Amino acid sequence: MKISKRVSEIPPSGIRKFFELASQVEDVISLGVGEPDFSTPWHIRESGIYALENGFTTYTSNWGILELREAISEHLFNLYGLSYDPEGEILVTTGSSEALDLAIRAIIDPGDEVIIHQPSYVSYIPCVILAGGKPKILPTFPEEEFKINPERLEKTITNRTKLLILSYPNNPTGAVMDRESLEEIARIGEKYDLLVISDEIYDQLVYDVEFVSFPSLPKMRERTILVNGFSKAYAMTGWRLGYAVGPREIIEAMMKIHQYTMLCAPTIAQRAAIEAFKLQEEVISMRESYDQRRRFFYQGLKEIGFEVVEPKGAFYIFPSIKKFGLSSEEFAERLLQEEKVVVIPGSVFGESGEGFIRCTYAASLSDLKEALDRLKRFVTSLQPIYSRER
Amino acid sequence: MEEVLKLLEQDARLSPEEISALTGKDVEEIKRIIKECEEKKIIRRYKAVIDWERAGKERVFAFIDIKVLPKRDVGFDEIARRIYRFPEVHSVYLVSGRSDLKIVVEGKNLKEVASFVANKLATIEGVTSTETHFLLKKYKDDRELFVEEKPNRRLAVSP
Repeated sequence: MKISKRVSEIPPSGIRKFFELASQVEDVISLGVGEPDFSTPWHIRESGIYALENGFTTYTSNWGILELREAISEHLFNLYGLSYDPEGEILVTTGSSEALDLAIRAIIDPGDEVIIHQPSYVSYIPCVILAGGKPKILPTFPEEEFKINPERLEKTITNRTKLLILSYPNNPTGAVMDRESLEEIARIGEKYDLLVISDEIYDQLVYDVEFVSFPSLPKMRERTILVNGFSKAYAMTGWRLGYAVGPREIIEAMMKIHQYTMLCAPTIAQRAAIEAFKLQEEVISMRESYDQRRRFFYQGLKEIGFEVVEPKGAFYIFPSIKKFGLSSEEFAERLLQEEKVVVIPGSVFGESGEGFIRCTYAASLSDLKEALDRLKRFVTSLQPIYSRER
Repeated sequence: MEEVLKLLEQDARLSPEEISALTGKDVEEIKRIIKECEEKKIIRRYKAVIDWERAGKERVFAFIDIKVLPKRDVGFDEIARRIYRFPEVHSVYLVSGRSDLKIVVEGKNLKEVASFVANKLATIEGVTSTETHFLLKKYKDDRELFVEEKPNRRLAVSP
């Protein structure tokens, strides 16, 4: 059988490999997940049941239910003062993953370069390759809190660069870009006439700092596609519901692909999501709970002796394991075998993720405590090798 | 203070060190807040939430709606006091609606509770009627589920 060149070009997912490994070990404590530990709030689930009972089982408009688009518009206005027309500037998608794929396909011609900062989420590169684009990697570093360095960004730009994908609050580092840094990016974006996809799926999970939505910066609305969804803030990962908002021309182009490939986002999920926006208090209480566990786990890691940047968003923490003399894959594999704790090797999120592990602190406090004990035991067992090598 | 209280309401066994790590506040500050809350009786006591049925101990609970005729000058408080002093009485609330007081009574068996209602409660001066509802099954109490829910089934690894 002949597989297309484009698909063959995509390397197998490192996460997939680790999934296979982890599923062979029983009774693990998992800090390896990319989703909340809450179930979807009952109000939302109950709305979904109501929608089923009342026969909302047909297709919706390709754009998504108008009432939901209006709710998205109002939500973005309330949070960031953004204004998007529910008729033509908002597209409801099957998860933010679809929104991302549509945006890239709508923008990229074969040979166009797309700048992707790393470590970052695993889907960006494959989506760009599938669209025929060329990913250009921009590494970020713990010394700069995993933020984009404007000078290095500028050096990565060529005359073929068309798009920058921004991914903050960041998976896997938990980094958040502050307003000044984003303004620098905006200046560069304007200078080189770049389009920007801002993946803000973790926007409501930010701690102690302000979150700035990229299109809210001056002149950025016209060149930004904002991608977001319900998975993280409302604990709705399995519902597969997201959205994209942006300039009418681009959203219409995305809609063109969407209507032929997806038709519409799941109707039950759309109905339930209308209820989600009414639950801001619940979002805040989930955020408080993540924040407490973030502090707890960050302090625990530091006490064990990990070098780690304090995460400001999402529910991930990305400690360095460089001093233990193992690759991130070896570290994660041995931690799994010897202590039954699942973490994700940082290398999965790009070359600059090598030397780190991603831990999700969206786990119960008792699991976090136990995981810290096991991590401590594990790194203590590594210590002799470490001192010899020094 | 509110954050510390909420954490203790969830888990009274959290140590000041753990609360400090969760809230980012200094350990001494946490100890001071807890001490102050204890002194001011904001924290009234620490207790465990126990599923007695699971422990194999039968206990009978009844919710009783009571109508009373309040006396001049003393109002409901006097009658409430006569009721809450009985050790069988778990809780006493003044409520709106058709009844005036709603109380929870505990006993070893149906007969014991029934006899308490008939002999002690109904005979109190000012009590005009009682309506007893025996508890048959406890689903949720004080935000704690007493029935098993299927756990959130996350995969061990996801991007």
